[in-house]
Amino acid sequence: MTALAEIVVALLLVVGGVFGAVGSWGLVRLPDPMTRLHAPTKAATLGVGSVLIASMVFSWFVLGRPTWHELLIALFIFLTAPITGLFIAKAHMHLSWDRRELPRAEPDTDWATFGDSAEESPMVRAPEPPPRCE
Amino acid sequence: MTRPAPPGPAPTRPAATPAAPHRHGAHHPAPHRAASLMRRILPHPGVSLIVALVWMMLVNRFAWGSLVFAVVLGVVVPVMTAPYWPDRAGFRSPGRIAGYIGIVLIDIAKANIAVARIVLFMPKRDLRPCWLTVPLDLTSPEAITVLAGTITLTPGTVSCDLSEDGRALLVHCLHAPDPDAVLDEIKTRYESRLKEIFR
Repeated sequence: MTALAEIVVALLLVVGGVFGAVGSWGLVRLPDPMTRLHAPTKAATLGVGSVLIASMVFSWFVLGRPTWHELLIALFIFLTAPITGLFIAKAHMHLSWDRRELPRAEPDTDWATFGDSAEESPMVRAPEPPPRCE
Repeated sequence: MTRPAPPGPAPTRPAATPAAPHRHGAHHPAPHRAASLMRRILPHPGVSLIVALVWMMLVNRFAWGSLVFAVVLGVVVPVMTAPYWPDRAGFRSPGRIAGYIGIVLIDIAKANIAVARIVLFMPKRDLRPCWLTVPLDLTSPEAITVLAGTITLTPGTVSCDLSEDGRALLVHCLHAPDPDAVLDEIKTRYESRLKEIFR
């Protein structure tokens, strides 16, 4: 039983490592920031996920100690990964895309980051750099 | 998705003020008052349950003291955050949530393998990244948030923005030789299911 659990843990760790490496390699290899965004949001999810499952299997079946923290980590990763992706994408849209290059939402509206309410956003109107203290 | 926080305390919904239609209903105001009180103490019963559950998982070992504290947190946190979330997320058929999570988990695994193959084996010149406008049939902010999160976590797509009127999502595809097929998959595979789950 323990031996079986250890084999499963080893396999999961290898899978996790491979996907983590592929995610990082994608970050290097893909041509521009928008496509680079795809590699870490996905490959990292499964990579981290298999390491977490490995940790759980190890703790339950090898150490005999039930643990729930891994489920929480997975939950928070699934909640935060899309939000990080969204914010990086928005920042990138402002920094290196012209809004005319993006598809229109509908004939009469614009995307939220370019809309009227976004005029006050610190990202659109870059504030003066703070005075340097000598 | 991003909803501005109301400045004051939570506006009570019409359902919470039962005074008007029950002029002479002095016989049975009690259930209404009890419902209104319950709404004030437990503005989001689902959130309360999840907060308590997360606390118990964080403690990682069952103890009655932790359970008491979990219940206290489950009551206090939703009450304190209620002004920022005045409406309840309305569910039509919450029983389908588990099925949806299952589908998304399987798709995440598939997405990882698909993206890994693109990263490792596809020559750069064959890559066809594109922007995509996804018109939304969903209206509730909670449902749109779930859909945007799902799009980011699944095959070769990242949701980038919401239109000002909240009726379209801007999605970036890593490799989409046929953008209409991607759009079709998002609409039929995820949005139609979310439409059944959320009101």
